[in-house]
Amino acid sequence: MKVFMLGWEFPPHISGGLGTACFGLTKGLDAVGVEVSFVLPTAVPADTRTHVTLRTPDALANPPLPGRAAANLATVAGEASATAAAVEAFKHVTLHQVEAYLSPYARPELTSRETALLLEQITQQLAAGTTIEQLGPLGQLLPGALPASLPAALAHSLAPAAGGMPSGAMDKGPGANYAGDLMGQVYRYARLALELSKREDFDVVHAHDWMTYPAGLAVAAATGKPLVVHVHSTEFDRAGESPNQQVYDIERMGMHAAARVVCVSGLTRNIVVRRYGVDPARTDVVYNAVEMPAAGAPWRLAPLRRNEKIVLFLGRLTMQKGPEYFLRAARMVVDRYPNVRFVMAGSGDMITACVKEAADLKLGRYVTFTGFLRGPDVDRAFEMADLYVMPSVSEPFGIAPLEAMSHNVPVLISKQSGVSEVLTHVLKVDFWDVDEMANKILAVLKHPPLQKTLRQCGSTELRKLSWKDSAQKLKDIYCQVADEPR
Amino acid sequence: MASVVFYFQVHQPFRLRRYSIFDSDSNYFDDKRNAEICRKVAAKCYAPANAVMLDLIKRHEGRFRISYSLTGAVIRQLQQWAPEVLDSFRALARTGAVEFIAETYYHSLSFLYSRAEFVAQTAAQVDLMEELFGQRPRVFRNTELTYNNDVARVVEEMGFDGILTEGADHVLGYRSPTFVYNPPTCRRLRLLMKNYRLSDDIAFRFSNRGWAEWPLTTEKFAGWVDQINGNGYVCNLFMDYETFGEHQWADTGIFKFIDALPGAVMQTGKNDFLTVAQAIDRYPSVGEVDVPHMISWADTERDISAWLGNSMQANALHDVYELADSVLATGDAALIDDWRRLQTSDHFYYMCTKWFSDGDVHKYFNPYESPYAAYINYMNILENVRARIAGA
Repeated sequence: MKVFMLGWEFPPHISGGLGTACFGLTKGLDAVGVEVSFVLPTAVPADTRTHVTLRTPDALANPPLPGRAAANLATVAGEASATAAAVEAFKHVTLHQVEAYLSPYARPELTSRETALLLEQITQQLAAGTTIEQLGPLGQLLPGALPASLPAALAHSLAPAAGGMPSGAMDKGPGANYAGDLMGQVYRYARLALELSKREDFDVVHAHDWMTYPAGLAVAAATGKPLVVHVHSTEFDRAGESPNQQVYDIERMGMHAAARVVCVSGLTRNIVVRRYGVDPARTDVVYNAVEMPAAGAPWRLAPLRRNEKIVLFLGRLTMQKGPEYFLRAARMVVDRYPNVRFVMAGSGDMITACVKEAADLKLGRYVTFTGFLRGPDVDRAFEMADLYVMPSVSEPFGIAPLEAMSHNVPVLISKQSGVSEVLTHVLKVDFWDVDEMANKILAVLKHPPLQKTLRQCGSTELRKLSWKDSAQKLKDIYCQVADEPR
Repeated sequence: MASVVFYFQVHQPFRLRRYSIFDSDSNYFDDKRNAEICRKVAAKCYAPANAVMLDLIKRHEGRFRISYSLTGAVIRQLQQWAPEVLDSFRALARTGAVEFIAETYYHSLSFLYSRAEFVAQTAAQVDLMEELFGQRPRVFRNTELTYNNDVARVVEEMGFDGILTEGADHVLGYRSPTFVYNPPTCRRLRLLMKNYRLSDDIAFRFSNRGWAEWPLTTEKFAGWVDQINGNGYVCNLFMDYETFGEHQWADTGIFKFIDALPGAVMQTGKNDFLTVAQAIDRYPSVGEVDVPHMISWADTERDISAWLGNSMQANALHDVYELADSVLATGDAALIDDWRRLQTSDHFYYMCTKWFSDGDVHKYFNPYESPYAAYINYMNILENVRARIAGA
């Protein structure tokens, strides 16, 4: 079983994000014996193993041989210092340094006119909704499923684009940010993926989230291989009730064309069924997991314990993550338990609003904004925390609470999160119920036995979640769609 | 002669309302919900079961005998929300074939934390039984059949003649619960141990279609009782009264089963029914059963870990009993009663994290979304109790 996997992020620089999930699933697939050919829009670190071949567009110039993934990556690194920096820069997506990161894709020698034309043809056919049967596996597309607005959108995106992604595009959910260059990147990625797919032999195409769906559609149509799309989040999670029509259309087209739609939670599955009109019989739920910190991890100095408790918010400061509810709860907490600090780690389009809100609530003394944190700093933040809070308004899954638990931190999560479907030894609250959020935060701060029990039971529960099990479910799905005995 | 000794536990806790740290009133209990549950259980179980029992006693002219343990907590709820049920218990008492057992009024774990409180709550419940049913209990059962040698010693000192507990395998070893025993620390006190296999056949397995013995007929069950002849004297069937109509719904045939059972058991003339005191009066102790560690009738562990198995439970129990002296010193009857109702073991059972993820029986009876929510709620209320003490 070999899968041609289309991802947008891979190295898990961003805590809990899509990259973490792709990384974990790929490692898990590796462990259950599935070969993965992973196509990424950017460079990846040279930490690759056995079945996993990492493909970046740069590798096109130098087709990889089996077992030579690291060598390919070396060429990537040698390409230009800008590319080498891209790995680093990737962490900064939310810190507006993306131009350098995306610029390699704009290089004209990497585009193929032929490929672009083919993709244009396919997508336009799909958009017209008339010649679906001729598209082989895409024939499962439901009639009438395609939005009228698509041809224009695709035509626009297939036009040669210049420049990089607009700053903040990855974390600003709705609206104008997706216009223009991000769409251009999405279709450039599709063209490159299609080009790559011609040199590979595989059984299934697996696309993660909407940015890779056009690529998935094109590859599946060109090769006749079944398409599996993986929904890590939907436009409704990111943008609430004002979704970007283009993004919605691409999501819907991918979901309807796919042989199977894998959702990260029952919550997401409901959205996929209700708001995208996908037949429930074609959907699956595959939960995410977490990698336990390796035994014998490097010994670190214990963080300095100040004489105050720390409540941690770690995530993008966007509408979807509900940072304002965290602050309002904080206000209620400090009145009763002043010996506390609320740490908001992350950046995003609401950071200014959050700073202002904290000031308006007279929380200056109690709230610390750290900005975006990277790997070791994330670990340190978790190690200092007495409680991790994820007050998300809409969270398709939410790996970050699992990461917090893997650092032995008790967690409080919103009920509006997919991860609450798999966790029982955590505190749960409706994101809008600020009183109850404060009630539970206070309980953790005031009652050490609560922390202790959450930690003990939580760590046991966490061990039951493994990427390998998630990957095994994926493998079963691949086998079903590839009509191959398991 | 094999004697069936039925004992039914009747209890309902005063469930707590959602109480936030930001609340400051002293209304801790969810009266609406408690009334609802009390009326529902009364209609589904207590009323129909009492009617069947009364009819059986009359039909068998007093030779069908049973014992009940009613907590003060459930009696107060019945008085308020289902007084007709209390009347039917009085009617049962008047037959002379029904015995009432002593326990702690508030169904508490007070024995573990405060001897004075344990004695006071037991005395209150004994007085209540006498007042309502005209009999002073001679036999004691501790909350959830929690028991050890120490409990036995104290209970004997309090003047009781018998005590009930679980016939736990790890305590009995090769011995059988079909005999009467005595605790090593006691001269007079007799020990009746629950025959958990036969009890659970009715209480838990009766409607289980996956069970090899399903469907359980009265003939089959009477046959098992009869097999005790030659290997003991008593068949101690101890169970929650809610078995009838609540745990086993009426449509499982549980009422028909109990209705036909006495006839089937007594048919041969070899076997009969006794109340708990009659059993210890009739049969001598065959030996000592040494129970140094606490046992109970809960879960497969038969220990007290369902109430005292994690740090939250230990903390909550410790904290509520720590208030004993200061609460009592206020002399505030309402406050003292609230504090005692907070001692009911159910509150701590709701905080149990054992098997929580598996969604078993603990979850089924739990009004909270999680053991953590139960603990947080409880601790918030205790904080208010402390404030009331300070303000008294």
